[in-house]
Amino acid sequence: MLYIPCPHCGLCNETEFHYGAEAGVAYPDPNALTDSEWAKYLHIRANPKGWFAERWVHFAGCGRWFNLWRNTITHEIGLAYLPFTTQPKAPGNTGQEGSRA
Amino acid sequence: MNEVSFSFDDKLYKGYQGEPMAAALLRSGVLSITNSTYHGRPRGVVGLGVEEPNALVQLVSGTKESMLPATVIEMADGLVARSLTGIGALPEPPDDARYDKTNSYVDTLVIGAGFGGLMAADEHLRAGREVLLIDDQPGPGGHLRHLGLKLPSALQDVLAHENLTYLCRCTAVGLYDQNYVVAIERRSDYLGNSAPANMARIRVWHIRADQVVLAPGAFQRPLIFANNDRPGIMLSHAAATYVAVHSVRIFRCAVVATVDNQGYRDALRLHQAGVQVQAIYDVRTVAGGPSVDAARATGIPIRLRATVLDTASNAEGTLHSVIIQDLDTKETFQTASDLLAVSGGWTPIVDLATHIGIKPKWSDKHATFCVKYDTDRLLTAGMLAGDFGGDDDPSIFFGPELDAEQARHAYIDLQRDTTLHDLRRAVGAGLSSIEHIKRFTTIGTAHDQGKTSGMLTIGALCQLNGAAQGGKSGFSPADVGTLSFRPPYVPVPFAALAGRERGLLTDPIRITSLHQWHVEAGAIFEDVGQWKRPWYFPKPGESMEDAVRRECVAARQGVAVMDASTLGKIDIQGPDAAVFLDRIYTNMFSTLPEGQCRYGLMCKADGIVFDDGVTTRLGKNHFLMTTTTGGAARVLAWLEEWLQTEWPELKVYCTSVTEHISTIALVGPKSRLLLGELVTDIDLSKEAFPFMHSRVSTIDGIPVRIARISFSGELAFEINVDWGHARHIWERLWALGRSYYLTAYGTEAMHVLRAEKGYIIIGQDTDGTQTPYDLNMSWIVSKKKEFIGKRSFQLPYLKATGRQQLVGLLPDNDDEVIPEGAYITVLNAHPDEHGKTRHTGFVTSSYYSPTLGRAFALALVTDGLNWMGEQVAIPIGKKVIRAAICDAVFIDKENIRRDN
Ligand SMILES: [Zn+2]
Repeated sequence: MLYIPCPHCGLCNETEFHYGAEAGVAYPDPNALTDSEWAKYLHIRANPKGWFAERWVHFAGCGRWFNLWRNTITHEIGLAYLPFTTQPKAPGNTGQEGSRA
Repeated sequence: MNEVSFSFDDKLYKGYQGEPMAAALLRSGVLSITNSTYHGRPRGVVGLGVEEPNALVQLVSGTKESMLPATVIEMADGLVARSLTGIGALPEPPDDARYDKTNSYVDTLVIGAGFGGLMAADEHLRAGREVLLIDDQPGPGGHLRHLGLKLPSALQDVLAHENLTYLCRCTAVGLYDQNYVVAIERRSDYLGNSAPANMARIRVWHIRADQVVLAPGAFQRPLIFANNDRPGIMLSHAAATYVAVHSVRIFRCAVVATVDNQGYRDALRLHQAGVQVQAIYDVRTVAGGPSVDAARATGIPIRLRATVLDTASNAEGTLHSVIIQDLDTKETFQTASDLLAVSGGWTPIVDLATHIGIKPKWSDKHATFCVKYDTDRLLTAGMLAGDFGGDDDPSIFFGPELDAEQARHAYIDLQRDTTLHDLRRAVGAGLSSIEHIKRFTTIGTAHDQGKTSGMLTIGALCQLNGAAQGGKSGFSPADVGTLSFRPPYVPVPFAALAGRERGLLTDPIRITSLHQWHVEAGAIFEDVGQWKRPWYFPKPGESMEDAVRRECVAARQGVAVMDASTLGKIDIQGPDAAVFLDRIYTNMFSTLPEGQCRYGLMCKADGIVFDDGVTTRLGKNHFLMTTTTGGAARVLAWLEEWLQTEWPELKVYCTSVTEHISTIALVGPKSRLLLGELVTDIDLSKEAFPFMHSRVSTIDGIPVRIARISFSGELAFEINVDWGHARHIWERLWALGRSYYLTAYGTEAMHVLRAEKGYIIIGQDTDGTQTPYDLNMSWIVSKKKEFIGKRSFQLPYLKATGRQQLVGLLPDNDDEVIPEGAYITVLNAHPDEHGKTRHTGFVTSSYYSPTLGRAFALALVTDGLNWMGEQVAIPIGKKVIRAAICDAVFIDKENIRRDN
């Protein structure tokens, strides 16, 4: 179970959060997009191997949405940051297997 | 030590308080504990603890246990155990022992209180850290306990440190991300009958640690040879411990087969305890070191380059003699022996490390996989880290070469009865991955999860693969793969995980403020999510069908009342509330005048209908949204997500008020008359109080908000009142309603009434693929504004034909209520391209309508809106129900009744 740093509440267990997929995908102007661009907005999200900036909501705590760097291989947790703020750089790779601990 | 008595397979035995049941059984001469699961071969004790693959018993006294190795059961007076052949059965009656759970946050968690763990704990204590030390044994010391040695005073000091908490009988069963550990503490079983009645039997520990030190120790492993499963063949460390520490005196003459110096140390212990050790057979070419010297000094014969090839049994199936093979000349000879002590090397307990994806590394020096880990969050210590302490010098050897016949009785997984023959067959079938072989052979899938067999499998594969590659030398187990395990490390009772969340406490139960009235009125309840809702109110002697018909008739012809308090309610306020609702709902809300209500539909961005409900404008910047009963939390989360992550510029606040406001629906042509007796400060006439309007009023001085909202099509008033006052209002209605034959109705009648009117339930009449157009609700889609989902209606696949659309169904037989969920097929007039009948949809809601005097249904049917009047066939088993597609509104298409 991940240990997630809510920017408002501090470290809390994953069971208090809901996942919200890729961070930084803004709601586009729907009418400026072709059908296929709109379908892509609806259904296509990045799914990288390694560090990934994603959205979480602390539904059983403060109820706030925030963004979080997480490593999809090692499950390491990086920095959390608030929506509409500058995205911090991805953490460096430790290159250590099992470094999720 | 206190002597205790216990029963095993209906015979009485004596043992000592606290010792393993395996020791007591062995001392009593019980060598064969059970028969193997699949081959029915007699089996006895092999190991010392949770690695035991053979000696399974079930406890039928105290808190019954369906399956435990006799090696982990601590003796207490009055235990009753039975042998178990592999497959356990859940005990009856249900387990009523107490279980609980606790959380712990510590600086350092040390798993394993052996030498390595205690040294690590000491280091962390010295660094000023708080340490939690857990260990699955009844006392600290690990290996030292097996040797019957006292803990050195330096290590006793560690245990006494004020910043250390030590939990014995506490097994870490899983290591998860970010140093989360789940551990199971067994607190009362060892106390037997003297356990306090209110003591939690097992406590589940949820531990978060800044640092975790894994010091779990190691298991000794057996060797693969023919007939290696007979009672009397044991791991040498276990045999020596039972004999030397637990005074087992049943063995006269032992043979030791070893690949390392551990075998010599155990031979020495056996010898010192009075067992005649015939010889030590060592596969190595040279053997040296203090352990070897000490054994040699006693005169025990030592033979190098020899090992056990096969065994023979006496009539009872227990060990009688051992066949030894010279590894160079391949010559064999037989020697009588009643104990074969096998030392195949040590396998560190890598389980927890592999739970989080760490791959153990092969070490030629240790002839096994180790995990040497030293990060600022996770460390390993003791044997897991490769610190074996002694002079072991093991050979990489898993068993002698066996012919096909010998391989059939050369067991790798004793619990699964899988043999070297099975492994060869798997490899012969083309499998090479250890993970595939595990699934093909079932090796490592029994209760012990391969604690002894995992490493043997890799070793045997290594030999097979090496042979397959032309006997290439230097082919190492590392080339085969590595050990990996999943939680839990040992079986965990579900009752322990459930803790106190059983029975009534399994899940929260939500009740309305009118619940007690419903109970007193004899309501039958239905679960809607966590809510208890009255399903129907049977009168004495009435069936459900009778009651529902009576309730429906009352609502359509007289007056009926329902508790609608479970409706989700969200209070929405702020200067941008109207703008916000325009974006959320498919229809317009900014134009809604104050004091009026509007039905709204919301879609996700993909254009699929997501929830619906009536929203009332209470003020310029103040709305009260209602949602489906089950959708309340989902909708609030949806609103919050858009406000927080897309439109932070909107000044809107959303608050759940579901449990602040009770809603009483008063329904039927006589509802105005009845309400008029209670509400005198507002004009209830249809001219003064039109449909979908909301009025503020008082009843007995209690503020209420009354809205003309109808979920049945009838004239109806929804009375909204503070949760705590609902019962008063309800009682007043009930008293005044007697002369109107006021009838309480439940959710079933509500469903009949709403379905007659073609009102959908999202999630029942939709399956997550319907747009408003599919529901024949194009009228609710605004052309004038943007809203979530609108762009998707332009997507070709949402505009195309072939979509499932909501229609009505009338069965040919008036009395035939079609089962909900039934598949609908089209008749031969509309065959598919192969000329066959095809599936075209399913029934979503289906009831008998007392008003229509017939059964009817709602259904999702492919292109159904173009199919009015068409015949369909609904196969139910061997029966076929015929029905006709029709409009989804069955009564009052002109909306006359709501103004009655
Ligand atoms: Zn929070």
